[in-house]
Amino acid sequence: MTADTLATLSDQLILAAILLYLAAMVGYALELAFATRPAQVRELVASDGSTITETQEAEPVAWAMRAGRIAVGLTWVGWAANVTATLTRGLAVERWPWGNMYEFVVAMILAAVTVYLFMQLRYPVRFLGAFVSVIAAVGLGFSVRVLYTQAGPVVPALDSYWVAIHVTAAIAASGLFTVGGVAAALYLFRGSRGEGQSRLPALADLERIAHRVIVIGFPIWTFAVISGALWADKAWGRYWNWDPKEVWAFITWVAYAAYLHARATAGWKGKAALIVSLVAFGCLLFNLVGVNIFFGGLHSYADVN
Amino acid sequence: MTLTDEEQKEVTKPVGLGVVGWLRWGWRTLTSMRTALILLFLFALASVPGSVFPQRNVDASLVARYYANDPVKAEWLDRFWLFDVFHSPWFAAIYLLLFLSLVGCVLPRTLAHLKEIRRKPPAAPRNLLRLPHHDEFTADLTIAEAAATLKKRRFRVETGPDWVAAEKGHLRETGNLVFHVALLVLLIAVGAGGLYGYKGNVLVVEGDGFANTVAAYDRYVPGASVSAESLEPFSFKLTDFQATYIGPGHEKVGQPLTFSATLSVKDAPGAAERVVDLRVNEPLDVNGTLTYLIGHGYAPVFKVTDGQGQVAYEGPVPCLTSNTSTYESECVIKVPDARPQQLAFLGRFLPSTLPVGEEWISVFPGAANPTVQVWPFAGDLGLDSGEPQSVYDLSAHKNLKPLGTMTVQPRPLAVGEALDLPGGAGKIEFTGVKEWISLQTTYDPGRMPALVASIAAVLGLVFSLTIRRRRVWVRMKDGRVTVGGLSRTEGSNFTDEFAEIVASLNPRSGVSDDR
Ligand code: HEM
Repeated sequence: MTADTLATLSDQLILAAILLYLAAMVGYALELAFATRPAQVRELVASDGSTITETQEAEPVAWAMRAGRIAVGLTWVGWAANVTATLTRGLAVERWPWGNMYEFVVAMILAAVTVYLFMQLRYPVRFLGAFVSVIAAVGLGFSVRVLYTQAGPVVPALDSYWVAIHVTAAIAASGLFTVGGVAAALYLFRGSRGEGQSRLPALADLERIAHRVIVIGFPIWTFAVISGALWADKAWGRYWNWDPKEVWAFITWVAYAAYLHARATAGWKGKAALIVSLVAFGCLLFNLVGVNIFFGGLHSYADVN
Repeated sequence: MTLTDEEQKEVTKPVGLGVVGWLRWGWRTLTSMRTALILLFLFALASVPGSVFPQRNVDASLVARYYANDPVKAEWLDRFWLFDVFHSPWFAAIYLLLFLSLVGCVLPRTLAHLKEIRRKPPAAPRNLLRLPHHDEFTADLTIAEAAATLKKRRFRVETGPDWVAAEKGHLRETGNLVFHVALLVLLIAVGAGGLYGYKGNVLVVEGDGFANTVAAYDRYVPGASVSAESLEPFSFKLTDFQATYIGPGHEKVGQPLTFSATLSVKDAPGAAERVVDLRVNEPLDVNGTLTYLIGHGYAPVFKVTDGQGQVAYEGPVPCLTSNTSTYESECVIKVPDARPQQLAFLGRFLPSTLPVGEEWISVFPGAANPTVQVWPFAGDLGLDSGEPQSVYDLSAHKNLKPLGTMTVQPRPLAVGEALDLPGGAGKIEFTGVKEWISLQTTYDPGRMPALVASIAAVLGLVFSLTIRRRRVWVRMKDGRVTVGGLSRTEGSNFTDEFAEIVASLNPRSGVSDDR
């Protein structure tokens, strides 16, 4: 296949992935809405006067459960389209397929969906699918509509093996943090509606999911920042110059470190710590999109048209 | 580890009376984890304006533009160092406090941890069945066997007459301390790099050379403790520069693809010459002094003959690139040797010229069809007046008069063409095109320590986040074995591992433990 055919194929696969993620979202939503009725919580007074809470799980509804399973299948197919789109783009341009904002966002969505799919193989986190698939569809749609850049070579500064190291780490960490952000947002949403009144899993489970992905993401992000400094040393002759992208990567890092500290501090665990994690996630997104659009600086050649 | 209630109380109440008490309270407050966190947050917050306002150390011309647009506001921003955020006193204050706070919290924790590592696992509590994880079974297990099984699982083990105590996971705290110490080293390395390093910028035209001395730089920024004699004594000659660009037919026509400068380098006076292909991302390294290719542009070559028929100037003139997508450039040629009058020229260099009506534009950054438009001036350049002058600007010269009538778009000269000046003032010939490169040389002794500290920080972090501390005790009495377990890392799942440990201790469970 020629480079042009590969590039066109990549563009079409992205559209296919958007549609598949949207279809999956419908399946997940049906399952969330109809599969389980909210659990009944009763307080029983035992003979010795202590109270026992008894949770009565209602029977799951079969067709809605099936909708959820189909949604996971659709997500896998969408993921395959997403992977192939990234691969064909890379083959078309003969370099790592994350050299500009469009490619970076596509890869980050891919990372987030990958994290979710592999997590749901091991843990009962299918409910996250509804939210991850929305983010994936909207994110891909945004990158196609706003960030799209024709397949082509990159400027000399980006033509480096450091892309493979530094940007890959940033993408992986961003994917993990995205799932962490979803879990944290669900925690706050569920918490605001009171225990027992929701179809979402228990607060403690949401808290654990958020913590688990952030704990994996944080060292990877640290590595991404450090490898960025190494690259800057190779490319510009200084490893740290407080370029806006560097400033915001650092702020993001500090904010996630603050989350980890807050979680380890008595009285902060739970809601307060998760709010900090969402602030950190906001910084991450701002660094990804805002810095390129609002500020100048050496990093801004990751061009947005 | 969690901030305990006692620690919080200590922090919030100034204890005792008098100066010593207040000092102690101040030190405790400063070195508490909460203060460190707040300082860390402040540090991050303080760097935000550095990304919002243009910074002198990143791009001084943007600051100048800010001044031109709104001098009053710029003046005020400057008063608060907002164009030099990272060199401002308030940023330094936060940096120093954070540094002190880190030292204060890392030192005592390291001492405590060193003691903790040497301590034996604590003896078994009386009733193991009260622990969060527990189990019992009947088997004839000996203390030695139980200890061996736990040792195989890499527990540190201590035995008593009828009990075994085992503990694992000190690497968590070790990793955490390594991480925090590495942060300290990183802060020091960055500071040392600023003090003992230097940075210099220079522009070199094809065919010219450079020797690494302070005087040779166009701009030289030394750290506070650098002496001019300590510069690495290398030199080089720029023999060639090549740039390639995306050709027509693509959305990004004209985008650069590769830059490559060929240097013949002498690492020291008298050393053998070596040829270096200098590229973006691939600096020249001479014993840790690095030279980077950071920009390029055109230097058209001119020959100026004055009114008396003498050649008053001959050579390349580096031009400033005014449009980076077409490399249309602006040049100033000053000819103080011209007689009877001194001459000066403004030039507009077009690497790929295309006529559009009565005008000429450049359509591509490569020099496919180079031409230059020339506006001549004559008069007094005033070079003897002692006033500072820019080589890229004529506007400061009040005693220069245009020669002949000024047109907006004079017909451009192709290579080999000449322009005869009005009134027999001489002529200017465009004889060829060279390119220039801009280079940045940096020497930063903090680079390697900073790198080592960063790697240590990541490794320490991984250990600190993934390793769990746990304790297991075994007690035996009349053939009954009780096992208790305690996870000292909150939030971690110890149930599965504990069940495995119990199974491997129980000879009848059929679990063989091959670890
Ligand atoms: C006075 C200064 C500091 C003190 C007293 C301090 C104290 C601590 C303590 C006690 C822990 C262990 C928490 C646990 O085991 O769960 C910890 C963990 C950690 N610290 Fe610090 N710290 C300080 C400064 C910093 C700074 C400046 C950073 C850099 C961002 C940082 C990043 C971390 C990280 C990432 C962890 C791991 C959190 C976790 O275990 O979940 N700390 N710190």
